[in-house]
Amino acid sequence: MGEVQQYLQLTIGAVLVYNFVLARFLGICPFLGVSKRLDTALGMSGAVIFVMTLASFVTSLIYNYLLKNPISLGGYSIRLDFLQIILFILVIASLVQLVEIVLQKISPPLYSALGIYLPLITTNCAVMGVATLNAKQDYQVGQATVFGFFSAVGFALALVLFSSLRERLELAQVPKPFQGMAIALITAGILSMTFIGFSGLC
Amino acid sequence: MEIFIAAVIAMAVIGLVLGGVIGITARLFRVEVDPRIELVAELLPGANCGGCGKAGCADFAKSVVTGENPPGKCPVASREQVAAIAQALGIEAGATVKKVAVVLCGGDRNQEKVQTLYNGVSDCVSASLIAGGPKGCAYGCLGMGSCARACPFNAIEVVNGLAVVHPRLCVGCGACVETCPRHLIKLVPRAAKVHIYCSSPEKGAAKMKVCSVPCIACRKCVKAGEEEQFVIDGFKVSVNYDAASLVGTDILGRAKCPTGCLLSETGHLKIEAAQTGEVA
Repeated sequence: MGEVQQYLQLTIGAVLVYNFVLARFLGICPFLGVSKRLDTALGMSGAVIFVMTLASFVTSLIYNYLLKNPISLGGYSIRLDFLQIILFILVIASLVQLVEIVLQKISPPLYSALGIYLPLITTNCAVMGVATLNAKQDYQVGQATVFGFFSAVGFALALVLFSSLRERLELAQVPKPFQGMAIALITAGILSMTFIGFSGLC
Repeated sequence: MEIFIAAVIAMAVIGLVLGGVIGITARLFRVEVDPRIELVAELLPGANCGGCGKAGCADFAKSVVTGENPPGKCPVASREQVAAIAQALGIEAGATVKKVAVVLCGGDRNQEKVQTLYNGVSDCVSASLIAGGPKGCAYGCLGMGSCARACPFNAIEVVNGLAVVHPRLCVGCGACVETCPRHLIKLVPRAAKVHIYCSSPEKGAAKMKVCSVPCIACRKCVKAGEEEQFVIDGFKVSVNYDAASLVGTDILGRAKCPTGCLLSETGHLKIEAAQTGEVA
């Protein structure tokens, strides 16, 4: 398989077939939490794309050069791969913190555009999910970064679609027992079913 | 045992490095923030609900300090908290005129002819989009309560198909002003107690056909009042809120408004009773 084909498969797989929210069920909390209005959904999407790409890059660096192979230290050969989860959490949290500090100084418009969503992403399981998946699939740094970016694009796509649906739902006459979160969850389920239609594409 | 020690050392080293890097960057990239923003943020309830339209309380505090939003726009803060914020900032900003919202229409279900039956979504914007709404007057209150739902303080009540503001509850945040598709809600100085509850620019006769309480620009109030207390604008008169001496409730007796659109705030709340002369 050629490299171009491999990357194409990676991107389409990440955006449509194995969509983070609708097929893997990761990042459901922001998916339901910030999807009430389209503009907040766009803000969140931007922040997630930014952080997930960066996090995939850094965590895959750590995985490939620190965790994957045993390190020989003073005659001992030590495998540190069991530290994967705690290390990824530490790195992602610090990374987001770091990005926030730097962004506030060098690009206040971008900082205010991302707003509260940037620190919220620290606890977003989609970011942790992409780091773990990268390690599990044994992706190289380049592949992992591309996968991270397009997974986030898939998340953004799902979020924007869902928030548009919810804005329309605001005007609909929903029966009382289904109002609010209930109809939102039903809508999410139907949206997920439509994305299942992409399965088998690659 | 080695692996145990190695894990602890690895985590400690990475943690220390990351902590150090964050500490140093925080120093290098420190941003000076207006201390008033922190002050306002502390006085806010800290619910981070986003009800004000901003991303969290810190963001809202910033917009309050810059003057973009009034502190009353926070839907969670009690009136005491809003007052505390206004006071904290007001010392520097100077005294501001306390405002109150008023719905400039007196046409409830009994005063105004209902032309069509509307069965759609109970929302003023939706209703106004369909052939100008159910009521006869194309400039009157639709009575679906879009403004009442927008009010964070529950100060607007829809009484018999007419939105009325309870001045005691209204903080003058202006959240309702934009929601009215007919632009009937105005923020006026709290000192103004009398208003002309009509916003229709049509001719008197045309208004009389659809409503029993329009302003027909007879100018009785203008003559009874002092100079510049009223503004005549085409076929209607309105209270001049910029006047040096605002018109007081004593005008109601002197003007003898023939249609009854010149009302006090309490008169508007009980428009039924006001029409029969029970409340001045």
